[in-house]
Amino acid sequence: MSAIFKREFKSYMHNMTGPIFIFFLLLFTGVCVSIYNLFIGFSSFSYAIELTAIAFLVIIPIITMRSLSEDRANKTDYLLFSLPLKTSSIVLGKFFAIVAVFTIPIAVMLLYPIILSAYGYMYYAASYSAIFALFLLGLSLISICMFISSLTESQVISAVISLGVLIFLLVLPLLTALIPTTALASFICFIVCEALVSVLIWRLTKNPNVGMISAAVLVIPTCAIYFFKAEWFEGLFPSLIENLSLYSQFYNLNSGIFDIKSMVYLLSVTVFFLFLCTQSLERRRWS
Amino acid sequence: MIEVRNLTKKYGLNTAVDNISFDIEPGKIYGLLGPNGAGKSTTMNIITGCLAATEGSVKINGYDIFEQPLEAKRCIGYLPEIPPLYTEMTPYEYLMFVAEAKGVEYEATFRQVKEVMELTELEGVRDRLIRNLSKGYRQRVGIAQAMLGNPDIIILDEPTVGLDPKQIIEIRDLIRTLGEMKTVILSSHILAEVSAVCEHVIIISHGKIVANDTLQNLNNYVSPTDILHISVRGEHDVIVEVLDSIEGIISRETLTSSEPGVHEYRLEVEKESDLRDAIFFAMAEKRCAVIAMEREESSLESIFLTLTDADPAAEAEDNYAAEHEDESDDAAESGEAVDTDREEDEN
Repeated sequence: MSAIFKREFKSYMHNMTGPIFIFFLLLFTGVCVSIYNLFIGFSSFSYAIELTAIAFLVIIPIITMRSLSEDRANKTDYLLFSLPLKTSSIVLGKFFAIVAVFTIPIAVMLLYPIILSAYGYMYYAASYSAIFALFLLGLSLISICMFISSLTESQVISAVISLGVLIFLLVLPLLTALIPTTALASFICFIVCEALVSVLIWRLTKNPNVGMISAAVLVIPTCAIYFFKAEWFEGLFPSLIENLSLYSQFYNLNSGIFDIKSMVYLLSVTVFFLFLCTQSLERRRWS
Repeated sequence: MIEVRNLTKKYGLNTAVDNISFDIEPGKIYGLLGPNGAGKSTTMNIITGCLAATEGSVKINGYDIFEQPLEAKRCIGYLPEIPPLYTEMTPYEYLMFVAEAKGVEYEATFRQVKEVMELTELEGVRDRLIRNLSKGYRQRVGIAQAMLGNPDIIILDEPTVGLDPKQIIEIRDLIRTLGEMKTVILSSHILAEVSAVCEHVIIISHGKIVANDTLQNLNNYVSPTDILHISVRGEHDVIVEVLDSIEGIISRETLTSSEPGVHEYRLEVEKESDLRDAIFFAMAEKRCAVIAMEREESSLESIFLTLTDADPAAEAEDNYAAEHEDESDDAAESGEAVDTDREEDEN
């Protein structure tokens, strides 16, 4: 794993992706900090961090787009597969290389509260927890985008899909506000989602029976619960989506709440997508 | 060393490799020969763990590639069809990376990288970017990469494709040098290459093994006769009379001659019978000058074409299997025989 990590890290630093990533993230953070903290004069660091998280939409797809798709395009994946390495250590080596690049601007950001404290009182705990929240959000988004990169051999496609997914994740909490909180609306949303999952299962397994069974397993209990305890559904779907949204967990942490639940959730998403990424590489050997 | 058993690989409905089994024994250069799309690369990718098989097993030094992939992969160095190079690195950086990834100990890394670079003559381009290297040098970097970690087996997939003739000769020499130290398996669709480098040939066609034997045995198997080309200056009738008087000539074919007064013939003669002296003296007696006389070497091409013909493949395989039931013992013996021949030639 360390060999992969070193090679990837050097490669990011060599081919300008890394420096450009660091430059833009710091530039964006710098602009945000100047506006919120220096011009407007907020003593909280969270506003600047919240705005910086929007920059992730563009810069994270840029740094992750080549991580796995480039190997596939250049056929260097054959080298990695023939080396005595586990697939998981290949994925982790690549992931930690991106994380290392990502940590550099985060480390620079750690200095900002100290610098700003020269101009007035800073809430250090809140500022550093905001930076930590940004870091955790970054990890989960990197792992999601790495997974997308493992699906295609074109860096451009990988970047575009990643951008789309990240925009969707960003606006998800806003979208939930549009869903009515009535029990019926939630019920319909659940049924639609379950139907989509069943279709997905059917397409992936290419077995209509498995699709039907999974649809039955998902839909029948939902209907049963709705008919007996309809009040449980009130506002359930929007709040579920709200809780599942990465950005709302990030806002939660960023607002200064030291919420273990949010941290665990962001880390779980990271691990889950790294796992999917490993599976996606494994699957390529089988196809 | 390598045991391949009932290996099958299907891509959807298309069967790329169809139930093949073979053994690779230590210390020889094996050639995997077959037309494009015969399943050579697929087989190699499965042996090296880059692809999973639909069915069957591959054991390397007793380690199953699917069950104990790490141990099995440590025994193999692999150069895929397209050298898997990170072009933004220099050969030195690249080889250091591969050595580390193969788990070579830190102190041994420098020595090993230096050794393989010497062997593949890469020192001159040590610090140039791989992106700027010629194809021949890239191939060398690929071979150097395969040798790191000191594996017992080196697998090279079409190592000379796309190289110029000089580079091909250099890479072949390199493979021969490798063959003295390790077991080498190389694939090719070029016959001359396999016959120039390999001692043992496995011919694959349509995902099936149609022949698995030493070069010599294969030669004997397909052509029961030798071919002799001669050019003689003199009267056609006289020459024909002389040729007819010599025993051992099975058939004679008159070729069109490019030189006036010179007649060319293609003679089919009995296997292992050297009639060149007899023909020369017989011609000399009749005052006919033998301008040129040549034995047609290596009818591997004909073996290849016979065995890989679209339909008769299965038939040829059956015949072959019937004739060579315990081919592995056979192969071992005749392999040694070929070895000694080669040494003598070199001396």
